[in-house]
Amino acid sequence: MEERDTADGLSGESILREVRAAGVSFVVSVPDITTSDGLLRPLAAGTDPRLIRICKEDEGIGICAGLAHADKRALLLIQHTGLLDSINALRGVACEYELPICMMVGLLAKEPGVAPRQSKQYGVRIVEPILEAMGIAYHEIEEAADIPKIKPAIDESYARSRPVALLIGRQPS
Amino acid sequence: MMRRDEALRVLARHITDRDIVLPVYSTAFDWLDIAPRALNYTAHGAMGLASSHALGLALGRPDRRVIVLDGDGSLLMNLGTLVTCAAAAPPNLYHFVCENGTYEANGGHPIPGRGHVSFTGLARAAGHRAVHEFSDLPNFEQQAAAILTETGPVFTVLKVTSSGEQERDYGRIHGRAVRQAFKDALKSD
Repeated sequence: MEERDTADGLSGESILREVRAAGVSFVVSVPDITTSDGLLRPLAAGTDPRLIRICKEDEGIGICAGLAHADKRALLLIQHTGLLDSINALRGVACEYELPICMMVGLLAKEPGVAPRQSKQYGVRIVEPILEAMGIAYHEIEEAADIPKIKPAIDESYARSRPVALLIGRQPS
Repeated sequence: MMRRDEALRVLARHITDRDIVLPVYSTAFDWLDIAPRALNYTAHGAMGLASSHALGLALGRPDRRVIVLDGDGSLLMNLGTLVTCAAAAPPNLYHFVCENGTYEANGGHPIPGRGHVSFTGLARAAGHRAVHEFSDLPNFEQQAAAILTETGPVFTVLKVTSSGEQERDYGRIHGRAVRQAFKDALKSD
């Protein structure tokens, strides 16, 4: 079994600090292996942002849309397999209806230090091309230096009312 | 059995200007004729997601009642919503399902398990405590007001027949102007 690499500096605490700084008050989630311990567990232990557990990722796209209309910022925390399962909802709700659906997406089984497009995992390799085909902005979050991308990405998503995907390339510590 | 439009007319009498209503597909076309109003939210983007949008609105705007007018075919596409909504438990969410046993918008084909599925049973098993079912118009007329004053989430099945031929202009439910009008109406308060 491949050793899981929690890279120096990609701390869950730092990520959550950015998420809170971006004014996110709800996190909507199906557990993702990559972010389960470093992000979801600390989120579940707190109340801000409020965690809404969902059964399936496309529900979360609808919930985040409703929250956006209510002027509440939300983050959809899911695995890339759930993103792929939600393409139609993303197509209709996020893209065609131009709504700020912000997704934090764990890239399950991506090899640390390997670009998603070069991963041996088919499902990981196709994520970015699919996001590009749909016109959805995305950012790779894999090292400490990537963490400052998070708040501006969320801010821009709400400013432009367009979706964004933050792709988590390794397990945060 | 009651006609869907008859049931919706009963419901419309108890909806205020502040309520957010999310009607779905065939129900939406009836509702838009019966109750054209600024806070009708019809652009759900993908079938089955109306109740999910509704949950987001209910959580984000606890000062308003949020009322979903769902279809049985639509709900079948997102059954997990029953568990999610029961668990999140917003007190201002009211989920009505117009059960006519068909995918009316897609050619009138029967839903799977037609006549054998209990949507109230599914809702109770999912954790909903306030669950109702009506197939009789006078009975629904008597109870409608009280249902909308219960603490939510409240799940109600309306066993209905189709309202008949509809003129389906999908621009009325998906169009950009419609979506913007809803956004403006919600922000204006």
